[in-house]
Amino acid sequence: MTSLSQDCDKEKLRSVSVDLNNDSSLLIDIPDALCERDKVKFTVHTKTTLNSFQKPDFSVSRQHEDFIWLHDTLVETEEYAGLIIPPAPPKPDFESPREKMHKLGEGEATMTKEEYTKMKQELEAEYLAVFKKTVQVHEIFLQRLSSHPNLSKDRNFQIFLEYDQDLSVRRKNAKEMFGGFFKNMVKSADEVLISGIKDVDEFFEQEKTFLLDYFSKIKDSTAKAEKMTRSHKNVADDYIHISATLNSIAADDNTALKQHLEKFAELLEKLRKVEGRVASDQELKLTELLRYYMRDIQAAKDLLYRRARALADYENSNKALDKARLKSKDVAQAEENQKQCLLKFDKLSESGKKELTSFKGRRVVAFRKNLIEMAELEIKHAKNSISLLQGCIELLKVN
Amino acid sequence: MTAWEPPDRPRSRLAYCCPEKMAEDREPPPLADAVQTDFREVEEGEDLFVSTVSTAEQLSPTSPEPASFPAEDISTNSNGPKQEILLDDDQEDLFAEATEEVSLDSPEREPILSDGPSPAITPVTPTVIITPRVDALFDRSLDEDEEAEENGDTFDMQITVSDPEKVGDGMNAYMAYKVTTKTSLSLFSRNEFSVKRRFSDFLGLHSKLASKYMHIGYIVPPAPEKSIVGMTKVKVGKEDLSSAEFVEKRRSALERYLMRTVNHPALVKDPDVIQFLENTELPRAVSTQALSGAGILRMVNKAADAVNKMTIKMNESDAWFEEKQQQFENLDIQLRKLHASVESLVCHRKELSVNTASFAKSAAMLGNSEDHTALSRALSQLAEVEEKIDQLHHEQAYADFYLFSELLGDYVRLITAVKGVFDQRMKTWSKWQDAQVMLQRKREAEAKLQYANKPDKLQQAKDEIKEWEAKVQQGERDFEQISKNIRREVERFEKQRVKDFKVVIIKYLESLVHTQQQLIKYWEAFLPEAKAIA
Repeated sequence: MTSLSQDCDKEKLRSVSVDLNNDSSLLIDIPDALCERDKVKFTVHTKTTLNSFQKPDFSVSRQHEDFIWLHDTLVETEEYAGLIIPPAPPKPDFESPREKMHKLGEGEATMTKEEYTKMKQELEAEYLAVFKKTVQVHEIFLQRLSSHPNLSKDRNFQIFLEYDQDLSVRRKNAKEMFGGFFKNMVKSADEVLISGIKDVDEFFEQEKTFLLDYFSKIKDSTAKAEKMTRSHKNVADDYIHISATLNSIAADDNTALKQHLEKFAELLEKLRKVEGRVASDQELKLTELLRYYMRDIQAAKDLLYRRARALADYENSNKALDKARLKSKDVAQAEENQKQCLLKFDKLSESGKKELTSFKGRRVVAFRKNLIEMAELEIKHAKNSISLLQGCIELLKVN
Repeated sequence: MTAWEPPDRPRSRLAYCCPEKMAEDREPPPLADAVQTDFREVEEGEDLFVSTVSTAEQLSPTSPEPASFPAEDISTNSNGPKQEILLDDDQEDLFAEATEEVSLDSPEREPILSDGPSPAITPVTPTVIITPRVDALFDRSLDEDEEAEENGDTFDMQITVSDPEKVGDGMNAYMAYKVTTKTSLSLFSRNEFSVKRRFSDFLGLHSKLASKYMHIGYIVPPAPEKSIVGMTKVKVGKEDLSSAEFVEKRRSALERYLMRTVNHPALVKDPDVIQFLENTELPRAVSTQALSGAGILRMVNKAADAVNKMTIKMNESDAWFEEKQQQFENLDIQLRKLHASVESLVCHRKELSVNTASFAKSAAMLGNSEDHTALSRALSQLAEVEEKIDQLHHEQAYADFYLFSELLGDYVRLITAVKGVFDQRMKTWSKWQDAQVMLQRKREAEAKLQYANKPDKLQQAKDEIKEWEAKVQQGERDFEQISKNIRREVERFEKQRVKDFKVVIIKYLESLVHTQQQLIKYWEAFLPEAKAIA
């Protein structure tokens, strides 16, 4: 069981989406989380001045599935069709560090105790990093909701925050899961629909072209960034082994080389920590940024799909109205239907335009912030490495 | 596009050295006794070495005192300390500093010192393979003065292996390497000369030296390993990056091999070595082939040795040998482990380079797709930075390999040679013991014959006793000699090991510093771009 308590690192982690949690009328955070075997239990803490809540300050325990339920209900809510629903947080994935831990256990015999301890520490740090990341991502999801003028008032959202019992009663049962599968099939049909028709509205046409293309590019970049970060971690790990072996050689050495080897080993140990930080900072500022916006763009695409479906509904209603007029049967009903469809479509288009514009703004600001921070961190770490290296070189040259 | 300009020559000095250090090392080039210094290309068939061959023959390879350098080689009218490291870059300056005694003509020197036109096999990609010059390993100027005093003067010899060229076609093809020697030692007839050699020539040289010197306890540096896969690729004519890398790796290894060999005070005087470096034509060393008669004999001997090693139980009277043997045994294990870890580092670093390049391309495409102008530009800049960084990682991987990994590989093989001489000592001891046993038997036989009436047999027995007494004495002398030699060799070896590692560690750290400095440069250039996103 691992637990994570509030620490200032989280401030740094939160930069993927900016301008969140500013409205003091509803402040949400995840100060704590527990990891039991496969399940992560998040403590969702709410502070509010709104009357709609029973208490001004309260906490509940939620699991990942609860977040998914909340997301899906929001998506299915007709009223929010014209909004970009914040993407659902991905499932906590401890597979990578767990697998590495397993491999380490198997290879324990081949390394020195010192080496093993260091590798284990590294893995525990990695495990912790994954843990922190998943907390951050779940937190941001809630904060996106709380800072949205419409979504923050959602009844289900309120239930999620407040209901002090287990939410599992409301979560997906088997039938709904099947429904989810069906929904995915509909989505692919949507993609065909959207890419085929050329939109009359200039704005939406441009957005459509842009989002479709951008999505595939950012998906690719995310994957490549992830691979790059992993290679970086591998290099840092190699430094551990080299450092340990150098220490072994130094221990047996009784020549003038002894001190050199010891200092070299010590330096590599320090360097690998820096390399590790470079890798993890890169992951947070770059990979996570890309990954988050990839999902956000998917959410924006979903908005476009919904609008396309509304348009299709409207066009169908037009056809139905024409048919009704021809047959002179149920004309009033058809007229009403058509009016509703048009209304819905217009509402969607209007709110969609607003959402997409602010989305772009959000994206640009977030990229700017993260790219600046990443560059600054890289410079900081490189300077640190240089001072370590040069210090060591000086020492060695003297001898 | 690349920030770091690879030099014209395929092989160049490690650019990671501190410029300050290079300035320190800059000393006038070696000045020969003879003022005649113009370089002559070795003509085919020209026999220039008659005189030196005869002098070389006088130096018996089994002479017991090979330690001292021939004093007459070192010119005493040189103008200052010898320059051992050749700086490819600043030739003009060096010669400007030389005094009027030197009739050196910079342009004339060009053919030797620069590598001339690129080799027959060129890498396919624009990335030129740069091997950090590790000749600093053999820079005597870094030595403590005590060694110079001991030997009378500093060692002065520089060997370069260059210009790999494919000769022939198909499976009979081979690579020919140019071996250039620059020296002021009078062992050699000229100060500078070049020959063409192929890989089997190097193996042949090692084979001869090993058979001459190992049994008396000299640590003969091992030759680079054969590689069937590598060579087949080259033979087949695959002109890709991996076969170019293989050739470069081998070239560098051959160079280090020769430098280590001539750094050995006895081996540098060996006629086979001199012949190897100087002679235009060298008899083809067919006995190095695995399936030749000699090759098979080698395999049989190796097996026999292994068996003997297990059966000989030596009474070690000298704790020094026992201690040293154990020490080398441990060092062997640790070095192999370290070597494996460093090879893993090289591999991961190369992977990092590839993945960074891949990300750079992806980021560029993302930048193109981005519709916000400033962000689009920033993303394209990010792509460029990452591309430069991938090149940086690639270069660092080479430093990882040529500085660190290859050194470890060399030492793993060297320690095998060291263990070999310890085994030879065991064999020598065993031979001595066997002689003693034989002598004892002969004495017993003679004693028996005293009471039989066979005068001629008795005489024969007495003669045999004399023969075996001499053998026992010789055996004891041999054993003492090899023990003495090994002590001296190990001391020399350890000194060299300390020096090699010290030098390489510092050079390697300097390479890491260079990489980090470049990183700062690139990210600092990118930062304003990121800030400009509006």
